[in-house]
Amino acid sequence: MAKTLTGDDIALERGGRTILSGLTFRAIAGTALLLTGPNGVGKTSLIRACAGLLPLSTGRIELAGGDPDMTIGEQSHYVGHLNAQKPALTVRENLAFWAGFLHHGGRSDGGIEDRVEVVLERFALAPLADIPFAYLSAGQKRRAALARLLAAPRPVWLLDEPTVALDVSMRDLCIAVVDEHLAAGGIVVAATHLPLPFRALEELRLGAVAEASS
Amino acid sequence: MRSLGAIVLRDLRLAMRDGGALGTALGFYLIVVAMMPLAVGPDLKLLARISAGVLWVALLLSALLSLGRLFESDYEDGSLDTIAVAGPPLELVVAGKAFVHWLTTSVPMALAAPVLGLLLNLELSVMPFLALSMLVGTLAVSFLGAIAAALTLQARKSGVLIAVMVLPLYVPTLIYGISAVAIATTPPGSPWPSFLLLSAISVGSVVIGPIASAAALRYQVQ
Repeated sequence: MAKTLTGDDIALERGGRTILSGLTFRAIAGTALLLTGPNGVGKTSLIRACAGLLPLSTGRIELAGGDPDMTIGEQSHYVGHLNAQKPALTVRENLAFWAGFLHHGGRSDGGIEDRVEVVLERFALAPLADIPFAYLSAGQKRRAALARLLAAPRPVWLLDEPTVALDVSMRDLCIAVVDEHLAAGGIVVAATHLPLPFRALEELRLGAVAEASS
Repeated sequence: MRSLGAIVLRDLRLAMRDGGALGTALGFYLIVVAMMPLAVGPDLKLLARISAGVLWVALLLSALLSLGRLFESDYEDGSLDTIAVAGPPLELVVAGKAFVHWLTTSVPMALAAPVLGLLLNLELSVMPFLALSMLVGTLAVSFLGAIAAALTLQARKSGVLIAVMVLPLYVPTLIYGISAVAIATTPPGSPWPSFLLLSAISVGSVVIGPIASAAALRYQVQ
């Protein structure tokens, strides 16, 4: 059975204010779900709700075909606005940390170091690997943050503005990596303002939903 | 376990690379203790009597200095979001982080205490026991302190707030820590009952601290 991330009649609140209500969505394995819409419409909140960071006020989010013993968060990569990297550690050390930390639940092979090297190469980070994260440019930092998507295998990718600050070639690289994940039967939910031409995608315009329901 | 190892290793590495937290805590500890003989005068008997108390109070205050950073940097750079939902139970992660705080802050100070005790005319024979009781007692400092650090995560200038919240919780540790050393200094009587009670408080904190902190952190990352 293909994995599917479904949201059923979701409502979300931030600071006592309802920002999303009556939202139903489906993210099917192999097809990226793009969340678009104006600022403040709840794209980030929806992604955080999928990851399990933000409790739903009504409705539920389920991962069909996933591991029933694990939460969605434990089967997901969440890459938010912030890069989640330590400025004092090198790019390699940061990535190795996430590879080790996120291996929880996944298969634990001994080759984390090898995997880290492969991922560094893939994201063209090998020349930067021994530089402390603090000294990278904004685009390089973003790339280092995205690299953890491949550092540990997980079926669901929750991406919040993944390509912000990336140049054209690096944006293409990011899209290629996501396409591979989709081709391998992965689920992708991405919030974005920039066009992200994934191999297969479905768009969910959040503003339209909110207006239709009000 | 691999995840837990990863976070302990990362925090240890960060603590060593920054170094600032430990340096500040040790410096503060040294200064507070060194000011005491200047304040009360050169009465050696008096100094010996208050030495254990001064060392303990100064240690508690110094350990507080770095508590505010326990979760703050992870919160600021976004790591906490991923750590909170994508890894092993948050309680275990918090326990790992509190353990690293104990290892990098309290352990060096507990080991430095006998040396500082020389300034206060602390009896040589009780120095090993003082260090031992501090090593055990300060587990409560890190693990109870984690609760306050988690609760005040989004408060600006959380340092003083943490102190106000958590210092009352340290009172039992302080009482049994000092009474253990006091009894060891003035036999007869065995210091071990006090020491065991001190250990019991630490064990309780190690259990309660991570559960309460994790609950607070889950609320903070919403």
